[in-house]
Amino acid sequence: MHSPTPNPEIDWPSELYRVLKAADVRQMSYVPDAGHSQLIRMFSADKDVITNVLTTEEEGIAIAAGGWLGGQRSVLLMQSSGVGNCINMLSLSVIGRFPLLMLVTMRGEWAEFNPWQVPMSRATQPSLEAIGVKVMRAETAEDLIETVEAAAALAYDSDQQIAVLIGQRLIGKKKW
Amino acid sequence: MSMSNPSQLDRRAAVAALLKNRADTLVVSGLGSPTYDLHATGDRDDNFYLWGAMGGAALIGLGLAQAQPSKRVLALTGDGEQLMGLGGIATIGVARPCNLDIVVIDNQHFGETGMQASHTGRGVDLTAIAAACRFAATATVRTLEEVQRLAADIAEPPHGPRLFVIKVRAENPPRSLPSRDAVFIKNRFRAHLGFAAA
Repeated sequence: MHSPTPNPEIDWPSELYRVLKAADVRQMSYVPDAGHSQLIRMFSADKDVITNVLTTEEEGIAIAAGGWLGGQRSVLLMQSSGVGNCINMLSLSVIGRFPLLMLVTMRGEWAEFNPWQVPMSRATQPSLEAIGVKVMRAETAEDLIETVEAAAALAYDSDQQIAVLIGQRLIGKKKW
Repeated sequence: MSMSNPSQLDRRAAVAALLKNRADTLVVSGLGSPTYDLHATGDRDDNFYLWGAMGGAALIGLGLAQAQPSKRVLALTGDGEQLMGLGGIATIGVARPCNLDIVVIDNQHFGETGMQASHTGRGVDLTAIAAACRFAATATVRTLEEVQRLAADIAEPPHGPRLFVIKVRAENPPRSLPSRDAVFIKNRFRAHLGFAAA
C-alpha cells in the first residue's frame, strides 16, 4: 500500500477556516491543541464568530447543542485525548439529533514521543463510533479540506454528528 | 451559610414563584427534579428539558444565550447536575454572557438516585465558586419571599452571568414528566424561535 505524503505547500488551517466560514459557522469552542493553534487564532480574531475556551471538551458538545437551539452553527476543536472526556455528553447530540462537527487532531499514532497519548489515541475512533458519532479521517491536506467540507454539510444540513480525525502525520512531529 | 439548618422551602413552590413572570425567557432544565419542576409550571415551547447530559445544562444555556443575545436565558438545574459541570462555571465566567442566569435548586442531595448527601450539604458553596469565576452576581436564598424578590431582581438586565442557589427541602414531589423525545422538544423549541426543522 502506498502511503500519503503530506504536502507542506498547502496552508490547511487557513483553508479550514475558509470552509467553516462558508458553512456559516458562528460559534467555535476549543480545548487547545498545537495542531489547531492557527485555526484557533483565526477564529479568535473574527468578530463574527463567538469563541469559547473550555475547561474540558464535553462542555463544547453542550454549547454546540445550545447554539443550535438558538439557530447557530458551532464547531468544536480538540485533540484525540479529549474525545474520551466527551462520551456521555455525546448522548445529547445523538439522541437529540443535534448537528455536531468536531475536528480532532490525532496524537499517539505517528512518531509520538509521549506514550500516555497512545491508549486514548487507540480508543478514539471506536469510542466515537460506539456512542453513534460518524468518524471521517484525513491524512493529507487536500483530503482534509474536502472532508471537512463534506462533514459540515452532513452535520448542519442532515443533522448528523461527525468527528473528523486529522492524522498526526499531517500535523507533524511535536518538537521537544 | 451552606452548613446551616436544612431549608424547609418547597421546590415546586420555589420554581413556580421564580418563573411566574418569566415572560419570553428561554429555559433549559437539568436532568431529574429540575426537569420535573419546570414541566410542573406548565409545558411550553420555549422549555428545553434534559433527561441526561449531566453537567451540561448551564453550558447549553451558554450556547443558546450566545446565539440569542436579545433573549434572556435561564438554566434551571440541581446541585448534583451543576457539581458535575463545575468547570463550566469557569467557561461561562470567561465567556461572560449578559443574558444567562443559572439557578440551582439545591436540596443538598442526589435526589434521583436515593437521596445521598451531595457536596453542597457538606460545605461546598456554588455561589462562592461562581463569584470566584467572575460572575456578575450571586446569591443564596432560602424562603419563598426571597425567591419572589429574586424573580423580580433577575428581570433587570445584568452586566454578566449570574448564579443563584435556592435551598429547598430534600424530597421528591410527584414527578411531572415532559416528553423524553429530544428531537421533538428541540424542533418545537427552534420553531418557537422561528427556525424550520431540517
